[in-house]
Amino acid sequence: MTALMHALPYLVAVWVLLIGCYGLATSRNLIHAVGCLSVCQAATYVLLLAVGYRDDATAPVFSDIQPGSRPVVDPVVQALALTDVVVGATVTALLLALVVQVAKRHGTLDPDELSELRG
Amino acid sequence: MADVVIVVALLLVAAAATCAVLVRDPVRQALVLAVLGVVLAVLFTVLQAPDVALSQLAVGSALTPLLLLLTVRKVRRRARQEGRGP
Amino acid sequence: MTRGIRLWLVAAGGAGLAALLVAACLDLPRFGGDRHPYGDRAVRAALARHTANTVASVNFDQRAFDTLGEMTILFAAVLGCVVLLRQTRDEHRARPAPEPVARPVRRYALLVLPVALLTGLYVIAHGQLSPGGGFQGGVVAATALHLLYLGADYRALERVRPIGLYEVGDAIAACAYLVTGLAGLIGGTAFLANTLLPYGTFNTLSSGGTVPLLNAAIGMEVACAVVVLLARFLDQAVEIESLTGIKTPTDKERGK
Repeated sequence: MTALMHALPYLVAVWVLLIGCYGLATSRNLIHAVGCLSVCQAATYVLLLAVGYRDDATAPVFSDIQPGSRPVVDPVVQALALTDVVVGATVTALLLALVVQVAKRHGTLDPDELSELRG
Repeated sequence: MADVVIVVALLLVAAAATCAVLVRDPVRQALVLAVLGVVLAVLFTVLQAPDVALSQLAVGSALTPLLLLLTVRKVRRRARQEGRGP
Repeated sequence: MTRGIRLWLVAAGGAGLAALLVAACLDLPRFGGDRHPYGDRAVRAALARHTANTVASVNFDQRAFDTLGEMTILFAAVLGCVVLLRQTRDEHRARPAPEPVARPVRRYALLVLPVALLTGLYVIAHGQLSPGGGFQGGVVAATALHLLYLGADYRALERVRPIGLYEVGDAIAACAYLVTGLAGLIGGTAFLANTLLPYGTFNTLSSGGTVPLLNAAIGMEVACAVVVLLARFLDQAVEIESLTGIKTPTDKERGK
């Protein structure tokens, strides 16, 4: 159990990233591809929070505990993940706006058909 | 005990992410992504990151799927309009 | 490049990436380890500045400049969406007819709406004390507003949501963040340095110096940004139609 716990969270992050990349590469629909990209993004949050975790620690919020009474997990990685969750959503929105434009101009969302159109 | 909960949450995240990629229909994918958002929020809570869990819950389970569904609706409506033509 | 070759390339690249990443994972510090030099220093700095929520302190004090960058990305993304999803010349607006809403849905949505809105504002306001802050609360408040679309109809939503106002609000919030940063510069220290205001009493609403101000600015920015984004996407999905799609049936009728 402990040997597994040493690296399992990191390996899950790797798996989520790779499966997201696989989905991106094989997607036949641009909307689906954007969804896969948000899966890839989720991998970075898992990795960041796994790096910052500390055994038997509590959340880095001192409104209800005495400072110094208990160990806390790393707040820096949490701040990184937190801003990226929200900003990533707006970037997803920008990508979806581009997808809507592609559908308007070319009438298809299949990446293969789109590359044929250009060639 | 905490370790077991973390392992379960991690495996759920891996499973939900795999499903979200393998489901090819964008509408169903949006729903699976909402589930992935909730599972991720649970994992973040277990990892003692309530701040991140809160934003993941709001964004991952509501905002992103909503945007995906609205895009699908727009694209399908367009396709239907053009389908009516000669 | 054919599909087959591309899949082989993806498989080869993915296998290489997987091998490297797994090797890196096995060499990372143990999960749950006790050595967090940055985290410990961040906690100490946050407590020195009387901010109970360390994450808020990192976001709006110690790494405030980084948050300025994030905010700029957010602002640019929203700007891009507004430009991409505007109504073009070959499109027109078709007002959707109001549709009856099932009674339980209406009652539930209108009941939850104020609660969700208040929760969002509470989460923003208490960002420096408890888990939450401008980023999360902004999204909650903005999505809560759209329960009105479920509960009443699209027109009711449009009436409480003058988009122009929210676009201006977005810009004002971005400016407020910058101005607070510049105030630090004028105050004689550095850009976005948290030296301007007294740190206040630990664990009260006004503690943390400029953290609550920057937090509120981000909350307003995110809420306005999400409202504008959802409004643009709803516009495209519900109202805006292309003219070519409408013309074809009349052409057909003429042919008859």
